[in-house]
Amino acid sequence: MFGYYLDLALRGLVRNPGLTLLMVASIGVGIGASMTTFAVFRAMDGDPIAYKAAELYVPQIQNLDPDVHTPNSSVHADGLSDALSYIDALALMRAHAAPRQTALYETRFAVTPSDPQLLPFQVGARAGYADLFAMFDVPFAYGGPWSAADDQAHAPVAVISRALNDKVFGGSDSVGKVLRLDGQDYRVVGVLRDWNPVPRYYDLQDAFGLEPDDVFVPFTRAIEQHKFTGESSNCSGPQRAPGWSGLLQSECVWLQFWVQLPSAADAARYRAFLRHYAADQQHSGRFHWAARTRLRDLRQWLSYEHVVSNEVRMLVVVGFGFLVVCLVNAMGLMLARVLFRSADTGVRRALGADRGAVFAQGLIEAAVIGAAGALLGVSLTALGLAGLRALLSREALVLAHMDLPEVGMAVLLAIAAAIAAGLYPTWRATRVQPAWQLRAR
Amino acid sequence: MLDMRHLSKIYRTEVVETYALREFTIDVREGEFVAVTGPSGSGKTTFLTIAGLLEEFSGGEYWLDGVDTRGLNDRQRSRLRNEKIGFVFQSFNLIPDLNVFDNIDVPLRYRGMPGAERKRRIHAVLERVGLTSRMRHYPSEMSGGQQQRVAIARALVGEPRLLLADEPTGNLDTHMARGVMELLEELHRGGATIVMVTHDPDLAARAQRQVHIIDGTIVELTADPRLVREAQAAGADVSQP
Repeated sequence: MFGYYLDLALRGLVRNPGLTLLMVASIGVGIGASMTTFAVFRAMDGDPIAYKAAELYVPQIQNLDPDVHTPNSSVHADGLSDALSYIDALALMRAHAAPRQTALYETRFAVTPSDPQLLPFQVGARAGYADLFAMFDVPFAYGGPWSAADDQAHAPVAVISRALNDKVFGGSDSVGKVLRLDGQDYRVVGVLRDWNPVPRYYDLQDAFGLEPDDVFVPFTRAIEQHKFTGESSNCSGPQRAPGWSGLLQSECVWLQFWVQLPSAADAARYRAFLRHYAADQQHSGRFHWAARTRLRDLRQWLSYEHVVSNEVRMLVVVGFGFLVVCLVNAMGLMLARVLFRSADTGVRRALGADRGAVFAQGLIEAAVIGAAGALLGVSLTALGLAGLRALLSREALVLAHMDLPEVGMAVLLAIAAAIAAGLYPTWRATRVQPAWQLRAR
Repeated sequence: MLDMRHLSKIYRTEVVETYALREFTIDVREGEFVAVTGPSGSGKTTFLTIAGLLEEFSGGEYWLDGVDTRGLNDRQRSRLRNEKIGFVFQSFNLIPDLNVFDNIDVPLRYRGMPGAERKRRIHAVLERVGLTSRMRHYPSEMSGGQQQRVAIARALVGEPRLLLADEPTGNLDTHMARGVMELLEELHRGGATIVMVTHDPDLAARAQRQVHIIDGTIVELTADPRLVREAQAAGADVSQP
């Protein structure tokens, strides 16, 4: 009977094209608005390493006097900063309290290609420890990360992006080749596949950056070379001494720090370690306060950093609220259609259709309207996202896309929403008194 | 076939009770052709809709082909209606977005009949009413008389035990009305049990038996002796009231 009801649904919708278009438009516009806002929210709220989110943690240490330093753009209301000072990062690395750990920061290099035809150019870079590649599951096309020994030796080695490899080495396997960075030779140990997680969770200062990191070098090497751009640092603490050593000895926070803790027990132990470390800093006189510490996993970190702003969340609520309004409108139109066709329903009842048959036919009609609304809704979503691309900043280009799962979700949502909107009108159709309808006709 | 005993139908509002049928007793035997007459508002149509299980009754008994219809749920009533009753309405009540074939197909669909059997029956019944050539036409493309023939075909396709006709010629001109009545009479001669509501005494006189209703109650039953003799000669089981 499903095929029969489907055939009847299609005929019925074609019979009254104006009403059908209104119902489809109601569903489609609602889906378009809600899915557009959801696409933005999803991109911003995306967890590109969700399968590992529970193992990756960010430690925080309150290295600024809470009585002196009020919350600002870099210090949260809880007195904690987004990053660590060099003192704390180095101490945590040396303590090795986590199975895998890395400090990292953003910097830049001037690349001098060996091909004299190419001019030197600047690239974005990341300084970190070897563990970062395993922690963040960074994919390699050629070679692999440098070793812990390279970290200790401050080795001039580098992992480069596919794009940089294409530009400098023609896309070939460049492992073992030399790349000149800032006038110095670095040996290429690995070439990445395309990797630009959104949001860039390991450095939320550039969460939605379009440019991937082109070069990765050992943290120790970068520190040795005084590689520091100063763009992502917060030195709201005590006046620091001048120069590079002054920066390293200061309370300036400029380093991201990540640890991988496979189990809850590991996390508990690390939390205890942080508390003890902070207490030690107080006892040693570095801190004159009981420094707070926190250990947040990836999801908590993204929430803490408001990667998804409240405005975006509100936008999603508004979008889905609009969908509800559209569904109510669609319900009204479906009800009108039921009343318009109550005579036909009466005839069918007279010919042997029970209430269940009427209900089934009504729901299938609603589902057909939903499917048509889905087509319109997906199109409007694509249009909406294209509009965002045209209107918003360049970073929004990263956000504005609709992938296959989202299309599937839109289709299912549209059909489910149409069926939900059709429930009451369909129920009303089953209450049609065939005797009255046949007399009225 | 159709056995109503002391049946009543009451329409209640907050203020008043209205008896559409009161102490209504009628027995239609298999193979009878009964005409139900009466003034407007007498309860003719109410009787027909209750007989067709389209409406529930307030009291009494109603046995349809040996089945006690009291206490049946919606699904049971719908199935009984589909299997045992065929309807012919004054305004044809064809579904406008279905063609002739699909209109006649409707009751068979709800019976869950296989496609081949449905097709065979539809062709047979269209041939019976003489509309095979109009199978793919839509109701809007046909005359009133043709539409009523389609409605009769739809009523017959399920091989019902009882045919209920509510003013079947009410919307037809004289010529078409005669054609429809001739078809009904032919069906009756073939053994169909027909209950026809009509306000037209001439049409009522063509039935085997007449039932007159006033204010929801049967006031007289008459039988045309000529038709009774003809029915008896044809072997139909009829009896004088």
